[in-house]
Amino acid sequence: MHAESQIREPLILGNPTYRKITDDIIAPIEGKANRLWYILFTISVLGFMWGIGCLSYTIGVGIGAWGSNNGVDWAWDITNFVWWIGIGHAGTLISAVLLLFRQKWRMAINRSAEAMTIFAVLCAAIFVTLHTGRPWLDYMLFPLPNQFGSLWPNFNSPLLWDVFAVSTYATVSIVFWYIGLIPDFAMIRDRVVKPKMKKVYALLSFGWGGSARHWSRFEEVSLVLAGLSTPLVFSVHSIVSMDFATSILPGWHTTIFPPYFVSGAVFSGFAMVLTLMLIVRKVYKLEAYITIKHVEYMNIVIIVTGSIVGVAYLTELFMAWYSGVEWEQYAFLNRATGPMAWAYWIMMTCNVISPQLFWFKKLRTSLAFTFVLSIVVNIGMWFERFVIIVPTLCRTYLPSTWNSYSPSFIDVGIFVGTIGMFFTLFLLYSRTFPVIAQAELKSILKSSGQEHKKLAEEHAH
Amino acid sequence: MITKNIIHGIFSDEVPLLEACKKLRSSGIRINEVYTPFPLHGIDPIIGVPRTRLAICAFIYGLIGLGLATLMMWYMMIHDWPNDIGGKPNWSYYFNIPAFIPISFEATVFCAAHGMALTYLLRCMLVPGAKAKNPDPRTTDDKFMIYLELNEEQSKKADEILRANGAEEINYKGTLVIEAKY
Repeated sequence: MHAESQIREPLILGNPTYRKITDDIIAPIEGKANRLWYILFTISVLGFMWGIGCLSYTIGVGIGAWGSNNGVDWAWDITNFVWWIGIGHAGTLISAVLLLFRQKWRMAINRSAEAMTIFAVLCAAIFVTLHTGRPWLDYMLFPLPNQFGSLWPNFNSPLLWDVFAVSTYATVSIVFWYIGLIPDFAMIRDRVVKPKMKKVYALLSFGWGGSARHWSRFEEVSLVLAGLSTPLVFSVHSIVSMDFATSILPGWHTTIFPPYFVSGAVFSGFAMVLTLMLIVRKVYKLEAYITIKHVEYMNIVIIVTGSIVGVAYLTELFMAWYSGVEWEQYAFLNRATGPMAWAYWIMMTCNVISPQLFWFKKLRTSLAFTFVLSIVVNIGMWFERFVIIVPTLCRTYLPSTWNSYSPSFIDVGIFVGTIGMFFTLFLLYSRTFPVIAQAELKSILKSSGQEHKKLAEEHAH
Repeated sequence: MITKNIIHGIFSDEVPLLEACKKLRSSGIRINEVYTPFPLHGIDPIIGVPRTRLAICAFIYGLIGLGLATLMMWYMMIHDWPNDIGGKPNWSYYFNIPAFIPISFEATVFCAAHGMALTYLLRCMLVPGAKAKNPDPRTTDDKFMIYLELNEEQSKKADEILRANGAEEINYKGTLVIEAKY
C-alpha cells in the first residue's frame, strides 16, 4: 500500500467507503434534477438559440454582418476563438501534466476539466469555421485531392499548422477523456436499474470488466496519452500565437508570444475550471471530494500563471522600448493610451493585479472570493485577446488605413451563443456522465482519505 | 477430459485480496484473473501479468505518423506544386524543414495517440456492444474478486486459502469441461 506524508492534507474528507463514493458519483445520474439545474439550463439554451440565430444570419448574408471592416479584419471572431481554445487548455493540463507529476488532487477534477476542454474547443471551432467567410468551403483547409490543379494548402503557413494542431488536439482530448470514462460507465452500467439506462451505459462502457490485465493496459495507455498530450497542449497554443507572431504587424511580431499565450491559456482555463467546479461541488454535494484544498491548489496555479502573464506584459513593453523600433513603441503606446485604453486597463487590472490577491491564504481558501475572481480572470483574458487583436489592427503602418471598431449585435449574439452552448453541454454532461473519475478516486482513498490518514498517524506513534 | 471448478473469491478490501493472491501463488495455484473496481498497484507481478507492450506500439505508430506527414508535405509542397512563398522557394525538403516541424509533430502525436487507443480497445476487446466482462457486477462498485478455474484437489486448497485470508464469499459457479486434444 502506497503511503503518503502526513504533511499533505487529505484529498477525501470524512470516511467514505468505496460504496459511498459510488453512491455519491451516481446520485446526479440516477436522481432528478433540481430547480437550479432547470433554471441554468433554460438560460443556457436560450443563449444558445440566440447564437444559432445570429450564426445562421451570418452564414446567410456573409461576415459583413459583423463589426469587422477593411482594416480590422480580425476582431471578435478570433478574440473568441483564442479565448475558448485557451480555456480548453486547463483540462489537458490537469489530466496530462498533473498525471505525469503524480499530483493526486487532479483525480477529483480531471473528468470535468476534460469535458470542459472538449466543449470549449467545440465553441472555438465555430469561430474558425465561420471566420473564413464561406464556411461551406472549409474542407479546402484540409489537404484533400481536388480538381483545382491540384491546389494544396500552404504548409508554410501558421494558419494551416493551426488547422492540424486544433484538430489533433480536439480528437486526442476526446480519446483521452473517453478512455478514462470507460471504467466509470461500466460502474454505472452495473449499478442502474432502469433497463433503458442500463442498455445505454452498457453500450458506452464497451464491455469493460476491470480485470487486472485490462487495468494494467489502462494505466499504460493513460500514462502514454498524458505524455503525448503534454507537448501537444503546449504546441497548440504556441501555434495559435504564431498566427500573430509570424506576421509583420507591430505589436504582434514578438518572440515572447508562444510562452505568453500558453501561460495565459492555462491561467484562463484554470479560472473556468474553478467557476464550474465551485458550482458542481455545491449542486451535486461533492464537497468531500472537491475540497477547499483542491480549490487552493488551483488558485496557486492561477497565481503562478497569472504572474507569468504579468511578466510577459511588462517584457513586451520593455522590448518595445529597448528595440528602438518606433512602430513597435507606438503600438504599445496606442494600446495603453489610445482610444481603446479602457480595454488595456481592464486587462491589466484583471490579469496582473487581481490574481496577486491570492497570495493571502484567507482569500485563496475563500470559495466566494475564488468564484468572483475566477470570473474576473476570464473577463481579463478575453480583453487580453481583444487588446492584442483590435487596437493593433486599428493602427497599422499606414495612417490612411487607420480605423475604428465596434462589434455588431450579431458578433455579440454569436459569442453569447457559444457561452450558452458551452453551459448547455456542460449541464447535460453533469447529469449523464460521472463527473468525478470515481475509479481513480477510489484508488487514493486509503492513502489520501482523511480517516485513513488519521489512523496511519495514530499507528505511527 | 478434465473437469474444472469455476470459483469466485469475493473480497471487500484490496489488502486481504493481495495477501490471498500471494498465498495462492506460493502454493502453486494459477490465478486466472482478478477483477477490481480500480487499478491495484503491485498486483501484476503477484498474479503473473506481463508488462504490456502498448507503449512500444505507440512509438511505432508515432514513427508511422511522422513518416506519413513527411511524405505528404514533400509530395504537396516540393514535388507536386512547388511554390515560391516570400522569396523562399520550395525546391528541397531539407531547406524547408523548419516550416514543416509543427505539422510533423502534430501528425506524430495524432497517429501515436489514436493508434495506441485503438490497439488498446481491440486488445482488451472493448468495443461498443461487447458483453460485460466482469462475472460479478459488484466488482465495478466496491467488491474485489479472484477468479479461479481449478480441478477438484486444487479447489479444496484454494478454498482453504481464500477462507483463511478473509474472503467474504466463495462462490462455485459450475464446472468447466475441457476436452483432451490428444
